[in-house]
Amino acid sequence: MVAKPGLDGHDRGARIIARAYRDAGFEVVYTGLHQTPEEIVEAAIQEDVDMIGLSSLAGAHNYLFTRTVELLREKGADDIVVCGGGIIPDEDIPALKEAGVKEIFTPGSALEEIVKWVKQNVRPRKD
Amino acid sequence: MNTVAKKVMDGDVRAVARLIRDIDDGIPEVREVLRELYPHTGKAYVIGITGAPGVGKSTLVDQMVNHLRKRNKTVGVLAVDPTSPFSGGAILGDRVRMQRHSMDDGVFIRSLATRGHFGGLTQSTRGAIDVLDAMGKDYIIVETVGVGQDEVDVVKSAHTTVIVVIPGMGDDIQAIKAGIFEVGDVFLINKADREGSDKTVSDLRLMMDMDHKKHDEGGWRPPILKAQAVFDEGVKELLEEIDNHGKYLVETCGGLNFWKRRDKVREELTEMVKVRLVEDVLNMLMESGELDRAVEFVIEGKLDPYTACDNLLFSRRGR
Repeated sequence: MVAKPGLDGHDRGARIIARAYRDAGFEVVYTGLHQTPEEIVEAAIQEDVDMIGLSSLAGAHNYLFTRTVELLREKGADDIVVCGGGIIPDEDIPALKEAGVKEIFTPGSALEEIVKWVKQNVRPRKD
Repeated sequence: MNTVAKKVMDGDVRAVARLIRDIDDGIPEVREVLRELYPHTGKAYVIGITGAPGVGKSTLVDQMVNHLRKRNKTVGVLAVDPTSPFSGGAILGDRVRMQRHSMDDGVFIRSLATRGHFGGLTQSTRGAIDVLDAMGKDYIIVETVGVGQDEVDVVKSAHTTVIVVIPGMGDDIQAIKAGIFEVGDVFLINKADREGSDKTVSDLRLMMDMDHKKHDEGGWRPPILKAQAVFDEGVKELLEEIDNHGKYLVETCGGLNFWKRRDKVREELTEMVKVRLVEDVLNMLMESGELDRAVEFVIEGKLDPYTACDNLLFSRRGR
């Protein structure tokens, strides 16, 4: 699932990523803009996804990404891998990873690399 | 009772979500669960929404869910989007228009990809409908892209099928005449503020008038409605017509339980047999290497493809 949390209204990047995943043979649920972490987690559970890719360009990633991981844990759904991308300052990355975000992709990341990472790190979940 | 089946009956969202994935993936174990759930199905009212891409189906479904929730009804939504024939991937974007319902526990929304020709779309959609039904949803809305034969198959599972069109698609109406036109129970002209909506109404009415046989015998005459789903105009009226069609079905078919209707059961069983047959035979031919060998024979010029096909099938039948 590709999701856009928060008030940031720019989803070109998210859509390009979604398209790259599609071309890699993945089924991608796109949530659209302005989602709360609560909405994203609920949608991810209903859709039974293996991974959530969060995109944020507006600076609120520390709260939004961390809260998404937290909610998944509360719902017992923390087997869903969370990764993030967008305008994320380098100094924020260690804390985000500490919080449970598996990987962060910053501007300049090649689509092939992102797809390769997903193929290597995300497996269909078993219950 | 199987624990998964019990969880589904209790409305456990994660269990339902996982079961639908397993049905979609064709995991054989789900048949046992579906068998157990079967006695608890047949209560939900199933609405099929179909129409060409971009006519506003998802927006319409979003508004319908809103109205049904105001009536205190619970709703399940199955939104089907196409799989890329090249990569096998898919972008499932119907949820974008419906996300406001994601926090409502009376609504369950699931996106499904068509997954190619014999991926068992019909079977997995049917299975998913039964799961949401057993889960206790009052209404189940199935949204699908309406161009081609497959999508007509999907609406076979519905009590009421709504065909959504927009003004100025006269040629497209001609094109759907033979297929989708015949399965419509209600016609909705969305984006009715656009030029030509009156002409679309009269085009549709004309086509319906030509279908004498159906209506002369006191059959259901599909109503034609205008709407602007994005402004919630005409959606209430649509649901009223769906109610009317439901009443008509009760009067003429003696009830709404899908599995008590001879025509529906026959169609569904035929479809299930078809899907299983194709899957089983193809799997066997692939696993045994016979398919690969046949491909080589044809390429090397040792066999023509027609004989190769006969050989593959006859060798099966003999065993």
